[in-house]
Amino acid sequence: MGLAKRIIPCMDVDNGRVVKGVKFVDIRDAGDPVEIAKRYDKEGADELTFLDITASSDNRETIVHVVQDVAGQVFIPLTVGGGIRELTDIRRMLNAGADKVAINTAAVANPEFVKKAADRFGSQCIVVAIDAKSVSKKGEAPRWEIYTHGGRKATGLDALEWACRMVQYGAGEILLTSMDRDGTKIGFDIPLTRAICDAVTIPVIASGGVGDLRHLVEGVTEGHADAVLAASIFHFAEYSIGEAKRYMAENGVEVRL
Amino acid sequence: MAIVAVIDYGMGNLHSVAKALGRVSDIRVEVTSDASLIRRADRVVLPGVGAMRDCISEIKRLGLDDVIYDVAKTKPFLGVCVGMQALMDFSEENAGVECLGIVPGSVKAFEQNLKDPLTDAVLKVPHMGWNQVYQATKHPLWRDIPQDSRFYFVHSYYAQPEHPGPVAASTSYGHPFASALVQDNIFAVQFHPEKSQQAGLTLYANFVNWDGQC
Repeated sequence: MGLAKRIIPCMDVDNGRVVKGVKFVDIRDAGDPVEIAKRYDKEGADELTFLDITASSDNRETIVHVVQDVAGQVFIPLTVGGGIRELTDIRRMLNAGADKVAINTAAVANPEFVKKAADRFGSQCIVVAIDAKSVSKKGEAPRWEIYTHGGRKATGLDALEWACRMVQYGAGEILLTSMDRDGTKIGFDIPLTRAICDAVTIPVIASGGVGDLRHLVEGVTEGHADAVLAASIFHFAEYSIGEAKRYMAENGVEVRL
Repeated sequence: MAIVAVIDYGMGNLHSVAKALGRVSDIRVEVTSDASLIRRADRVVLPGVGAMRDCISEIKRLGLDDVIYDVAKTKPFLGVCVGMQALMDFSEENAGVECLGIVPGSVKAFEQNLKDPLTDAVLKVPHMGWNQVYQATKHPLWRDIPQDSRFYFVHSYYAQPEHPGPVAASTSYGHPFASALVQDNIFAVQFHPEKSQQAGLTLYANFVNWDGQC
């Protein structure tokens, strides 16, 4: 027995409401973040992740209030991502009660930002979010590139090299999302997950594509992930966190029950 | 009204600690760097996240080292995470930092290429997530917490006391390390009770009811 693999439900928050898009379109309203967070906590979620997808910067304060409300009632780690660009954004989220922030676009635009953030706040609260897309052609060795802006903008950066560089810059954890799989419900991109997990010395959260409980197990056993993140299978109560954990335990994955 | 002081030296998870304490009791929770208020408090929590060099230098810059030495001798005192490590003599972090020297021993980095002795799997650092805490001693702070409960950890360094005497709990990550220490009226934990759901809230409830005796 030892360290448990973590199950992390993720909530995309738009103007203070939890939503979930399929391939970033077709957004469905899933409810009140505080109520959903409380339910996940009760069911045994190991951490919670909020991604703020609010488009207008005028409404950015909304997520701060969401974090404050949740942190007052739920005593498990909270990660917040979306729109983290300055050290002051990080300070604001940590003061609101977040334990970690996920940095994505700002890391690509300015990798030094990750270094500064880790120096100032400690690596333990700096999660680098990586959105990767397969770019190798049939017959070529598999290769993935980093995308930003919700998967719309290619950067030309190799995902594996980028992940290793972010570790050197002080990232404490990687949140790895397959843009090919996000919202598809056909399972994680296992070769991508495994390549990144085996290459870095810090924990990796696998994300993108979970459609059933078997996928969660695969992320750990075949993808070598330290934690698995999913959204829609939990939001719409297809499965509870408890069911997911029992299924993982039955399949030989050590979890917190 | 009884007061618990959460020492604010600009590092860390103060609000989470304060919220958790407020959740489990009616005690007045003061997040403060005011030495006189800390001296007046009935019990004291030293939290902390971040790098050791910054933690110690902030404690000294704010003139809080003297008050910490005093209250650590006299009141129920709880160190959390870096707040536990800061109690030791010395830390390997940041190329070496002299710490407060309240509990004899040092703070070591998890080794590179750390492996699980059973599966030979490579272990990631930081040690992040829910791990089991084996209670090595009976203590009021463990009341109503089942043996081997899981608590939430996030750290790359661990305290190694000079003698096994103060070890109140151990946890295994590549090898066993001290996940809780006890020394008279001082209790200290490497994990984050404020992020450890029911088990953590129970520990805080036990702390606010603790008279400082073992």
